[in-house]
Amino acid sequence: MNKNLMSLTILADTKNQAFARSVVAAFCTELNPTITELNDIKTAVSEAVTNCIVHAYENKNQDNKIVIEGIIEDQIITVKISDFGKGISNIEQAMQPFFTTKDGEERSGMGFTVMKTFMDSLEVYSELNKGTQIVMKKSIAIGDEVVNA
Amino acid sequence: MLLKNKETEDKFFISLKGEIDQHSCQKLRDHLDNVISKSNKTKIVFDFSDVGFMDSTGIGIILGRYKKFKNTKEFYIENANPTVDKILKLSGIYTIIPQI
Ligand SMILES: Nc1ncnc2c1ncn2[C@@H]1O[C@H](COP(=O)(O)OP(=O)(O)O)[C@@H](O)[C@H]1O
Ligand SMILES: [Mg+2]
Repeated sequence: MNKNLMSLTILADTKNQAFARSVVAAFCTELNPTITELNDIKTAVSEAVTNCIVHAYENKNQDNKIVIEGIIEDQIITVKISDFGKGISNIEQAMQPFFTTKDGEERSGMGFTVMKTFMDSLEVYSELNKGTQIVMKKSIAIGDEVVNA
Repeated sequence: MLLKNKETEDKFFISLKGEIDQHSCQKLRDHLDNVISKSNKTKIVFDFSDVGFMDSTGIGIILGRYKKFKNTKEFYIENANPTVDKILKLSGIYTIIPQI
């Protein structure tokens, strides 16, 4: 089996968003994803990281961390994104399209829906006042690669 | 996020640029509110040609502008790349802000 691993710890700050999604995209390249597959993964990672920054940590401070792990097993990429913040009280409700607990901030409530649609699977584990972990998987088809001109 | 805009007889085109996410959203929101309120056209077109990346934060921003200005403006979207288009479709935004 072809296997690879990576782990990245970042401060929960929006300035790390683009960096985080680019790292995961770079990690995937050995699977020869198409541009579309790469963009799907970047978008899903961005949603999960945004949620850690916006929802998990109510108070901004230098101890707020996000851990991003990538695992490649043959053609499947697994991305785990964990925070150590406030947790989600009702996961099923949180995952409904358009549901948001921050109504006044122009949030769309579509983050989980985007993760689910753009990846093959999405699991959410959460414990109040302990944190939340998102586990997403996507299979990258062999021979999907576009020939780079 | 730089915005370069163009006008036709009845439309004001706002060209969105760069990566739209939580990090860039406040600046973008302020820019949009500023240029939309200054325009004397009723039709506002968001041109996504130069948007390389957008997550669901973008939906919130576009819908927010719609809600804020819907009494005086009509909004349209053009040139979204396939991934951005997928998010826009998923949110159902095209039913109120059509593609042109
Ligand atoms: N990491 C997290 N920690 C705590 N709450 C979260 C987390 N991620 C999501 N949530 C909750 O789930 C809701 C839905 O998330 P999402 O679908 O991304 O929509 P949005 O971010 O626009 O609110 C959020 O409003 C929030 O209440
Ligand atoms: Mg979200």
